[in-house]
Amino acid sequence: MNFLLSEEHQMMQKMVREFALNECEPTAAQRDEEEYFDIKIWRKMAELGLCGIPWPEEYGGAGADYLSYVITVEELSRVDASIGTTLAAHTSLAGWPVFKFGTEEQKQKYLRAMAEGKSMGAYCLTEPGSGSDSSGMKTSAVLKGNEWILNGSKIFITNGGYADIYIVFAQTNPELKHKGITAFIIEKDFPGFSVGKKEKKMGIRSSATTEVIFEDCCVPKDNLLGQVGEGFKIAMLTLDGGRNGVAAQGVGIAQGAFDKAVEYAKDRVQFGKPISSLQAIQFKLADMATKIEASRLLTYQAAWREDQGIPYGVQSAMSKLFAGDTAMEVAVEAVQVFGGYGYTREYPVERYMRDAKITQIYEGTQEIQRLVIAGNLLKE
Amino acid sequence: MNILVLMKQTFDPEEKIAFQYGTVSEEGVNFIINPYDEYAIEEGLLLRALHCGEVTVITVGTERAENGLRTALAMGADNAIIVNSEDLNLDEYSTVKILESIIKNREFDIILAGNVAVDYGSGQIGPRLAEELNIPQVTTITKLAIVGNEAVIERDVEGDKEVVMVTLPVLVTAQQGLNEPRYPSLPGITKAKKKPIERIEIDDLHIEDVLEVKTITTETFFAPKKGAGRILEGDIEAQVSELAILLRSEAKAI
Repeated sequence: MNFLLSEEHQMMQKMVREFALNECEPTAAQRDEEEYFDIKIWRKMAELGLCGIPWPEEYGGAGADYLSYVITVEELSRVDASIGTTLAAHTSLAGWPVFKFGTEEQKQKYLRAMAEGKSMGAYCLTEPGSGSDSSGMKTSAVLKGNEWILNGSKIFITNGGYADIYIVFAQTNPELKHKGITAFIIEKDFPGFSVGKKEKKMGIRSSATTEVIFEDCCVPKDNLLGQVGEGFKIAMLTLDGGRNGVAAQGVGIAQGAFDKAVEYAKDRVQFGKPISSLQAIQFKLADMATKIEASRLLTYQAAWREDQGIPYGVQSAMSKLFAGDTAMEVAVEAVQVFGGYGYTREYPVERYMRDAKITQIYEGTQEIQRLVIAGNLLKE
Repeated sequence: MNILVLMKQTFDPEEKIAFQYGTVSEEGVNFIINPYDEYAIEEGLLLRALHCGEVTVITVGTERAENGLRTALAMGADNAIIVNSEDLNLDEYSTVKILESIIKNREFDIILAGNVAVDYGSGQIGPRLAEELNIPQVTTITKLAIVGNEAVIERDVEGDKEVVMVTLPVLVTAQQGLNEPRYPSLPGITKAKKKPIERIEIDDLHIEDVLEVKTITTETFFAPKKGAGRILEGDIEAQVSELAILLRSEAKAI
């Protein structure tokens, strides 16, 4: 057993940390305030090869591993969770299913463009009437000649409007329920595709979240992802790994909020001494640090398992469940350490607290994670 | 174009300095590429992009300095050389003797170094090496252009600018403002793993007779804490004479 990061992972961690501090942090508060997605940051990430971390070089990727990807999402989220979520949705929700289920042509065309950062990816599963129960989706796809015709709409789409490539799940045979769901690769310029309203969110406000709409959207037959009726499986397997990316966001948010709390506790003087000398604050910090460490180990472990080619779905769900809760708890406590100042937008911890909440909700709520974990535990 | 870059791994300037057994403790300290050497590496990579050739980064240091070389390779350098200085007591004189013995038999058009290292800050390695190699040197440069066999260089002279033309080969030392060092890219980091690092032991160089250090460290200590200032009072004449007395008796400056 070895819990130390390799020299290569350490070098990458340092690079992303410096990038996040120099290129993302200075504008993080303002972008949050203005709900502004800055494409310039994305382009810089592309230059550094961060847009296709785990994909092989033959598809334009960096040829690194999932652990590298998870460390990157963590380090970005430590400074700005909006940037972490943009990269996570792009990589593990849009890139992964193409890498695993795409044809060679699809990989050369779409995975390469995404890996090189020339295109951004998005994943379209949720609908107004189907969230946790995705088998109840209403978006339909009907084959007419050489094209599939899609109708319906998807909501809460991360990177909506900025993404060029959308992985879309639609019902092709309603009688078969979830076994009638099929996955498609849709380009933003396909006729009948449009981006709907932008959500006004509590947190991760400088990432774009929109509705996407299909009105007789024409999708070439070649853009079918996997087999007809395989969509539900693809969607669920994608989320298995994807939620490890959310766990990494959680670890990053928690670490970022914790760092700020420690710094403030050492500086803030009350009763004639820094509040860090008070046991009430020390116990908080100790609990926060312990939860973060446990979350990080779970998160890295799940990524490591995927790199080793051993089953990781349960560990991924556990990491998301624990790290998501940790992010929320640590951010709330960080605000508490800051006291009244923490409640103002003058200090960044309230942003971390707003950003943390989503990690308990998206890519499967905490309740769904428990279903996944228990279902595996009790499987005969 | 053959480009050589001198690199030193240094203390992260943000680290707290602590003493242990009379020397600066390296325990738990973060090490980085000397920031001025980062400018030198970046300039080497920019030169290569314009004039082709190879960038070779050279360091004299302990094993951990390989981390710095690996980062330079990840930024895009082609080759790296480390001379193992484990258990050696070196000063600027002997370090330059080592560098000279490595460089004198290599072909090079330009040697880039940092203007100064942020740890001990002597700023001697570059100038000394140029003297030993008998080539021209231009220090604290902020702009560099090479046309044919000539370099046109802008250098910082205490806030002013001097333009120098010089024939290659030349040694230059980098000042802040020369460029904006790149981050090592992720593909760069994965590729760096496969690039070779040439490891040289001092014994292989056969320079024992010139390795004698010229510097003796008698004591290492923190600079004394600066006390509060004092404002002298009274008429000017009285102040001046009191100042003269204080400079003689208290400050022992005159």
